[in-house]
Amino acid sequence: MNAIVVKDLTRRFGDFAAVDRLSFEVAKGEIFGFLGSNGAGKSTTIRMLCGLLKPTSGSATVDGVDVSRDPEAVKQRIGYMSQRFSLYERLTVDQNISFFGGIYGLDRTRLDARRRFVLDMAGLAGRERLRAADLAGGWRQRLALGCAILHEPPVVFLDEPTGGVDPVSRREFWRLIDHLSASGVTVLVTTHYLDEAEHCNRIAIIHAGRLAAIGTTAELKQVFADRTIVEIRTSNAVEAMRLIERAPDVEKTSVFGTSVHAVLKHGERDVDGVKARLEHAGVPVASIEPVPPSLEDVFLDVVEEAG
Amino acid sequence: MDLIPRVRCLVWKELLELKADPRLFGILIVAPMLQLLALGYAATTDIENVPVVVVDADRSTASRGLISRFSASPSFAIVDVVSSAREVDSYLERGRAWLALSIPSGYGDAIASNRPQTLQLIADGSDANSTNVALGYATNLLGAYSQERGVLDPRVQVWFNPRLESRHFMIPGVLALLLLAITTILAAMGIVRERELGTLEQLNVTPLRRWELIVGKLLPYALVGMVDVCLVIGIAVLWFEVPLRGSVGLLFAMTAVYLLSTLGLGLFVSTISSTQQQAMMTAAFFFMTPMVFLSGFIFPIENMPAFIQPITYLIPLRYFLVILRSIFLKGVGLETVWPQAAALAAWGAAILTLAIARSTKRAA
Repeated sequence: MNAIVVKDLTRRFGDFAAVDRLSFEVAKGEIFGFLGSNGAGKSTTIRMLCGLLKPTSGSATVDGVDVSRDPEAVKQRIGYMSQRFSLYERLTVDQNISFFGGIYGLDRTRLDARRRFVLDMAGLAGRERLRAADLAGGWRQRLALGCAILHEPPVVFLDEPTGGVDPVSRREFWRLIDHLSASGVTVLVTTHYLDEAEHCNRIAIIHAGRLAAIGTTAELKQVFADRTIVEIRTSNAVEAMRLIERAPDVEKTSVFGTSVHAVLKHGERDVDGVKARLEHAGVPVASIEPVPPSLEDVFLDVVEEAG
Repeated sequence: MDLIPRVRCLVWKELLELKADPRLFGILIVAPMLQLLALGYAATTDIENVPVVVVDADRSTASRGLISRFSASPSFAIVDVVSSAREVDSYLERGRAWLALSIPSGYGDAIASNRPQTLQLIADGSDANSTNVALGYATNLLGAYSQERGVLDPRVQVWFNPRLESRHFMIPGVLALLLLAITTILAAMGIVRERELGTLEQLNVTPLRRWELIVGKLLPYALVGMVDVCLVIGIAVLWFEVPLRGSVGLLFAMTAVYLLSTLGLGLFVSTISSTQQQAMMTAAFFFMTPMVFLSGFIFPIENMPAFIQPITYLIPLRYFLVILRSIFLKGVGLETVWPQAAALAAWGAAILTLAIARSTKRAA
């Protein structure tokens, strides 16, 4: 049985369908990434899966429990952490752990064991008496995660868990997620950072409340199987983009750092033509080479296709 | 019974948060005492040493006897005794006297022959409140005097607060006001703060039940309210010597009923506010200020226009004020105050039901 099973899940707010007939499944122990622009319906989906919001139609089960029929039973089985790292700022690290442990109904022995685990995991041993308000971002984030999984839930929802955190802490955080997954915990995570999505076993891209693409990163990159992406290094990226944007053999262009990515319609045989066009117009081309599609290429392509 | 520990856990957390915020702690414990002291001394309508000018046209033993009555009273101070009514004007105009007592010639003879005699009191009406009080004192003094002398028999008698000390009347009211301000605002802000922080959402994804959350959030503020009640009663009885004639147990029981309404109101305010400032403003200006004015705390309900009087029945403070003053000053029990107690309980039940319904809907 899969840990999360979503079938035709829909949530309307008035006439607006925030989530529209969404279907996907997540296997036990999988790290499942949820990508989408702001307002695509990621948070609404997570809120329904957590039992916070009633679906308008369709169904979803989490660890075998139907979220519309028994939202309270769902809450026993999940951990949830939002981008706000919601902790009680006036309480100390230790008091936060004791509080959430008490709310989850842990007895003293289990709470002590879990307290040691969380302090160790978050690297907060020796800082038990610091107030949550005085913790740096990365520590707050890890403490928030620790408090959300005190009761060892089989499924964990993370809603943009790495916002506003430095790169070192982000890496550390993903190491923790990998550990959780290795111990059999299912993780559904939304993120804006496409490089983070590479940590996920599978990814769903949602757009305007609908599933636009789903699969492993390798599978998703197959959308470019028949097309070639070339990276053009030039000292005049803006002019280069303007020149090739409307060329018949170029599907579309986008800026990647200081270089330009162009999607060619007919594969590598168009490369020379593009190069000639640029040089003819006096734009120096330092290099023009086919590159493998990045997840960002995929995301932009899928979202554009989904319209 | 694994449900109670979660409530206990919430109460523990809430009290820890209060303790960790020295500013809030000060508001809860120090502010009530300061307010009580300030209101106990300043909000008293008692007046001492009202300046009086006397026109003594009689200059008899009897008139001097009457004047000495005024000068012996702590309420009055004789600024001057003049012989002509025309001289009074300048005293009143310049504020050197608030009252002028005019004793006509022939006063002594009238007293001696037991004939009714009229005395004239002229008052400066520019400060109506103080003047009313001063006039009241003067009328009482004259009443008592004439009763002794057998000239008139006005039979003025004041019960429960024989010296009509407004402090005895005000301080129980202050208790009601403080509880309303502290518990309503704190409860509303406490809940909205959790919404702002995101911890409310975090609690919503735990197995914590709705009622546990509400009880766990409101109970700590009820405890704080009870601590404040102890403080205020202590100061009222020991410092201001307000008589506490009724049962202390009944006082606490009634306070608990009253807290249902104030906390329910706080919860309701939290459902219509999205920030702590909003909650504070809504509670203070939209609910508390009109309640204080219409409760009979400051202005007697009997003096309000007929179309406003029914509105006062909607105000829980009104009932609690009657209960408090009855327990403190009259020493009566539940057999007398039960209608007010019932009204208060009904109000609390209604607002709590409404607030809980709204808060559940908001979470859905």
